[in-house]
Amino acid sequence: MYREIIHSKWFRFSAGLFFILLILPLFLPRFYVYILALIYVTSLLAMSLNLVVGHGGLFQFHHGVFYGVAAYTIALMLKKTSLPMWTGFIAGPIFAAIIGLIIGWFCVRLTRLYFGMLQISLGSLIWVIVFRWYNFTGGDDGLPGIPMPPILSPLKNSYYFILIIFVICLILMYMILKSPFGNTLQAIRDNPQRCEAIGINVRRHQLIAIVIAAFFAGVAGVLFVVLERSVFTELLFWVLSLEIFIMCLLGGWFTFAGPILGAAMIVALRTFVGIFTEYWTLILGVVLILLIFFLPEGVMGFFQEKFKPQTKEMVHRGDL
Amino acid sequence: MLEVESVFKSFDDFLAVNGANLSVEKGEIVAVIGPNGAGKTTLFNLITGALRRDKGRIIFKGEDISELPSYEICKKGIARSFQVVNIFPRLNVFRNIQVAVLSQQRRSNRLFRPAHHMAVEETNSILESVGLLDKAHRIAGSLSHGDQKILEIAIALGNEPELLILDEPTAGMSPEETSATIELIKRLTQMRGLTILFCEHDMEIVFSIAQRIMVMRYGQTIIQGSPEEVRSNKEVQEAYLGGE
Repeated sequence: MYREIIHSKWFRFSAGLFFILLILPLFLPRFYVYILALIYVTSLLAMSLNLVVGHGGLFQFHHGVFYGVAAYTIALMLKKTSLPMWTGFIAGPIFAAIIGLIIGWFCVRLTRLYFGMLQISLGSLIWVIVFRWYNFTGGDDGLPGIPMPPILSPLKNSYYFILIIFVICLILMYMILKSPFGNTLQAIRDNPQRCEAIGINVRRHQLIAIVIAAFFAGVAGVLFVVLERSVFTELLFWVLSLEIFIMCLLGGWFTFAGPILGAAMIVALRTFVGIFTEYWTLILGVVLILLIFFLPEGVMGFFQEKFKPQTKEMVHRGDL
Repeated sequence: MLEVESVFKSFDDFLAVNGANLSVEKGEIVAVIGPNGAGKTTLFNLITGALRRDKGRIIFKGEDISELPSYEICKKGIARSFQVVNIFPRLNVFRNIQVAVLSQQRRSNRLFRPAHHMAVEETNSILESVGLLDKAHRIAGSLSHGDQKILEIAIALGNEPELLILDEPTAGMSPEETSATIELIKRLTQMRGLTILFCEHDMEIVFSIAQRIMVMRYGQTIIQGSPEEVRSNKEVQEAYLGGE
């Protein structure tokens, strides 16, 4: 069914890139391997947000909550229970999806900005609980030193684990976007009123989208714990949610891979400019201003626009 | 098929629909006419569930649909087009219609199957019958206004409706496009056995295709009847036709 995709130039490029990413840890110093893994985790988070923001048109203002909830879930399970370790890996995303269902259930009843404001309040509520509940969550100290299965202990192994889960999630998200569900979601983004008129239960559709996005954010949360071995309340704080929102904006709302680019740019900026000055956000601010004026469709959107003949061909093949 | 029984709808203090009555039989082409602000679009919004009526009953195929949300009403077999172009501007023409077809086939929630192989035949047959097949891959927002209005109707066809409601289908069209659209509407009723309820400002169109006409003023039904009856009705002449 996906035969035409496998033969496309685009697929060969991705396969080549994947191969390079597979062998990179053999040459790179530890620090860069860590940064690469961090980019994958952040990219997955940003892409899960873009599922509902770029493709769903929802004002998902507090997406970080689902990431943090999953990270805390796996951290607490690995640290405080003697359940088999793999259960934590599964419970993280599932619990994130459940929180997504609860928060989303309230939010889809409102529209646009009201949706966003309610989500910030409900999300902040969860942040306050985690922040204040010292003897369970560690409060603002967070939870350091989370035990991991021995097989994931070497950085190289956790790099491969993160890369493979990341790629699987990418494929799944791509399939979802190309499915009737994804097409309908994009139609809702374009015109919710018309969607109601053609028999689509818009709220339910949006709610399912939020749950799916929360699930993938949860996977990212679990991967973060695999990489960092610790959790802290910043994972649930609204500042992080804003940051991933900016990643989507940087990369391009309406593209599939844009958020990866956005995430890579932000992680790189924070890491490499952050070494010289703690005011790296100043540079981010300037970049953002330039971007909004000159590349409103994001960096990836800009390149897609530039190489339009090719992408148009892809659309043709992809649609019939 | 459709019965609207003394329906009321007010916005704050303004009575937009003030006891309107309308009945549509299967296979008919019925027009609703009336001056601007007579409540025609509001009436259509009430029938399709985009708005909730204050009082009265709306019965479709023997079932009271006045409390149902619009997506449920659509599934009962009523589809509509809008007065102002209301399409999916970022999607291409094919997908605009396919979304409706997939919704009709209850496949909108399929998650992991690629959509581009689904409902291709149904979608293409609609594209062909409205004459947009050669523009299937154009982004909908880039079409001309006339084509967008046609697409507007084509999306509604994707739901395989029994009753098709058209809110000023030829608004803003050139004379050529208008006559093509009228031909299209006539053809659709014949080919697909559609029942059509529409409203229109152009009296020539109304009297050339409508089998029955309902006249509205100040949210009220003045008369329902054949074109001849409506034309010869004194009240209508005074209130409306005379003023043209």
